[in-house]
Amino acid sequence: MAKRTKTLELHIKKGKRVIPGFGLTLGITIAMVSVLILIPLASVLVYSLSLSGEEFWQIITSANVLYAFGTSILCSFIAAVINCIFGVILAWTLVRYDFPGKRILDGLIELPFALPTAVAGITLSKLYSNKGAIGSFLDKFGIAVSYTHIGLTIALIFIGIPFVVRAIQPVLEKFDSQYEEAAYSLGASKRTTFIRVTLPELRPAMLTGFGLAFARGIGEYGSVIYISGNSEKKHTQVVSYVIMQKLNYLDYSAATAIALVMLIISFIVLLFINIVQIRQSQRTNNV
Amino acid sequence: MSEIISDLNTIDKESIRIAKKYKQKNKNAAGSKEGTFTKIAFISISLIFVVLMLVVPLISVVINSLKLGLAFYIESITTEYVISAIRITLLATVIAVIVNTFFGIVASWAITRFNFKGKQILTTLIDIPFSVSPVIAGLSYIMTFGRMGWATPILDTINEALGTDIQIAFAVPGVVLATIFVTFPFVSRELIPVLNAVGTDEEQAAALMGAGGLTIFRRITFPHIKWALLYGIILCTARALGEFGAVNALSKTRGGTFTLPLEIDALYLSGSADSITASFAVSSILVIISVIVLILRNIVEYKVKK
Amino acid sequence: MKRQNLLKTATSLVLTTSVIGSLLTGCGSSSSKTSDSTENAVDTTEETESQGTDASAETSEADTTDSATEDTEASSSEQTGTLTLTNVSYDPTRELYQQYNEAFAAYYKDKTGQDVEIVQSHGGSGGQARSVVEGADADVVTLALAHDITLIEEAGLIDEGWLDEFDRNSSPYTSTIVFLVRKGNEKDIKDWDDLVKEGVEVITPDPKSSGGACWNFLAAWHYADLKYNGDEEQIKAFESALYDNVIVMDSGARGATTTFVENGQGDVLIAWENEAIATVTEYPDEYEIISPSISILAEPSVAIVDENAQKDGVTDLAKEYIEYLYSEEAQRIIGENGYRPSDEEILAEYADKFDLDIELTTIDEFGGWDQAYEDFFKDGAIFDEIYNN
Repeated sequence: MAKRTKTLELHIKKGKRVIPGFGLTLGITIAMVSVLILIPLASVLVYSLSLSGEEFWQIITSANVLYAFGTSILCSFIAAVINCIFGVILAWTLVRYDFPGKRILDGLIELPFALPTAVAGITLSKLYSNKGAIGSFLDKFGIAVSYTHIGLTIALIFIGIPFVVRAIQPVLEKFDSQYEEAAYSLGASKRTTFIRVTLPELRPAMLTGFGLAFARGIGEYGSVIYISGNSEKKHTQVVSYVIMQKLNYLDYSAATAIALVMLIISFIVLLFINIVQIRQSQRTNNV
Repeated sequence: MSEIISDLNTIDKESIRIAKKYKQKNKNAAGSKEGTFTKIAFISISLIFVVLMLVVPLISVVINSLKLGLAFYIESITTEYVISAIRITLLATVIAVIVNTFFGIVASWAITRFNFKGKQILTTLIDIPFSVSPVIAGLSYIMTFGRMGWATPILDTINEALGTDIQIAFAVPGVVLATIFVTFPFVSRELIPVLNAVGTDEEQAAALMGAGGLTIFRRITFPHIKWALLYGIILCTARALGEFGAVNALSKTRGGTFTLPLEIDALYLSGSADSITASFAVSSILVIISVIVLILRNIVEYKVKK
Repeated sequence: MKRQNLLKTATSLVLTTSVIGSLLTGCGSSSSKTSDSTENAVDTTEETESQGTDASAETSEADTTDSATEDTEASSSEQTGTLTLTNVSYDPTRELYQQYNEAFAAYYKDKTGQDVEIVQSHGGSGGQARSVVEGADADVVTLALAHDITLIEEAGLIDEGWLDEFDRNSSPYTSTIVFLVRKGNEKDIKDWDDLVKEGVEVITPDPKSSGGACWNFLAAWHYADLKYNGDEEQIKAFESALYDNVIVMDSGARGATTTFVENGQGDVLIAWENEAIATVTEYPDEYEIISPSISILAEPSVAIVDENAQKDGVTDLAKEYIEYLYSEEAQRIIGENGYRPSDEEILAEYADKFDLDIELTTIDEFGGWDQAYEDFFKDGAIFDEIYNN
């Protein structure tokens, strides 16, 4: 075994790829990404180039656009953090425990996707408005949800939760409990084991889930517009809404300029998450 | 070759045996006092969260859809428009799932099994559809294949040469493409963390023993990723069923290119109280379809785990 | 090794591209196949438009997938006697055109012996105009604002001078802006003045997102203009106070109605007359309409999309379709559906339905829609100014 590993290391050091399929899989990946994603996106973002640098800057830095970016990013971030916490708990519960109704609970996770975003938005805004089932209860404590940032964040939690749960769940299913066992047998408490052993293993999956929920939240339109109230004054407009405003007056260049900036921001965020994730997986693999 | 396979088989069986043993132990451990407390706490937090965030909205949809009685419910989900929408939705979903599953496996293999320059960038590019506003996603296909799109003259030439009449924007292929776009990263995103967690040792060993790519995938990789793949496919299906924004930009004819979410929107926006109820009734079809998908998943899961 | 990999990468690039290509082709052909088979369904359906949701649903598919070969489509269907016309309209006109299309199909069959199928498309007016510009196959457009049709004209799809092509600025029906309040009118709302009072909660959509919502703003502007004798500072202060009272600003008229009716927000909804009438008809015990003393005449416009109609070979049919909107029968359908018929005699028949005493200004007072957009709703224009103060 030791010998084999040595030859392996040698191979890797020489830069040879041991596992077959590099060219083929990478080629297909790049081709599909280009044809299905990059080329169409490029053909719409090209419209933003018709603007001069100054015009572009003016659109991007106008107050309502900046606030929309702030709102989208902040609310998506908070929603993704909340989703991460509940996502771990949910995934843990679903994988590690047996209890009646578990399968139903499991099945409900994808519900936010199956409901069209518009239906979700309308339903949530009704439920959480001060006349709705949940909203009227919260209203007694002076908490307004619909037509505020809280409502917006709740809609984003709603659409983001499947990402996080479903990213963590398979890793937990695969997760070898021998490390946990080892930790227990060495006398570590459950909590210590969870924090020191389990959590680090889950971190890449959590990051993935976080990144996806966050990215989805930034671009979200359908479920948000009904519950946010779209108030420029209260800064509850999201970026997608502002893009739609421009498009409704056929202002393609302004709409695509905003879309471009949004794309760049989310690209940077996602890139950051991916780098962290890949680094981490490399580190754990090399141990 | 067959030797390797039998070798791998024994390794596989061995690991399953060990895993089972640990599972047993784990269950015993969960029986301790501390375990019970955490268990109850976790389950109740999960339940509260799911009920508040997911079940209550669902119930509200169901109540709304049955407001005018069962007869009205059945009537409103069997109109020609709805049936056509179901057909288009299923067509788009099936194609999107097939394409994205293929892509997901290939891409996650390339990304997790090899080191190359620009890996992070490629991974991030794959994630892009998540963060693109659906409005822009739809628009991007229109600006490629629509009246103002640069690909339209090319498409016209092809059509002329082949005597076909393929239309993409404002036709079914456009709807399919938009659905593929929004669900593009789902499968690969599920597979990548799992493949990373598994590591490449086993595959490298197999490769050194001389196993081919497909054999390695089938014998070693696939058993590791099967759950993640299943989750990816389920997520992809659910999302494809419910996509609204991107498809909305590319589909304008009710009964022709409308998918279920568009039909729901059309019913909702036609304003009368009856059609609002009908729109909730049609929404429930989506919920039913996803329940069917989940039952299928449970059957698969059960069979495999057995 | 490296070169080999590159080669492999390149081949697989080409491979996938062709796979995706063939996939799309497969898609296209499969959908045109379905349209072939469904055409039979249309043929066998003797009913023309009537309740034939079936027939119209199916042809619409044939229509969209095959718009490139619309000519052959049309000629082939001529043999079986069915012509297809696509009418791209806006949200609230669904019921109106459902009824009108039946009436028109019957009339056209009587007159020419030809069966017609009319495919409808509905959505927000601005978005619908945009989809036509982007290539949606519309033979006729019937939109909320003349401005939306101008956008299509600017794209080169509609010939210049469409506004005068049909009677009354190509507006076979009109509407106006009224208030919808909850039954009992607790806040005692009678006119625009009452909307700026403290504690009154107003629902109106965002003019920066919905063209229709601009009328609400302009109607209020006209009221204030008369009240303050054109003192712009005071008018702006009035609008500012009005929009301070707006508690939820939805993206469109439809969303605003939902917020007011379904979610129970606000005391008053500034609404299109036809939508207000529809709501009150539906819930007579819950809402009532209040007519302000002054409002604005909205003229939803209609036009033939010349380029598409020519390509589809239905120009004459399209013309007939629009002209028949001015007929007595159509004008009554229009009145029944809560729009004001442009024919004054028929309008008078519906005097109990519409408050004909409201003093109506027109968009001309604001120099036409394009000017109004420049002055009021563009980024940094008057609306931004009053709303952010």
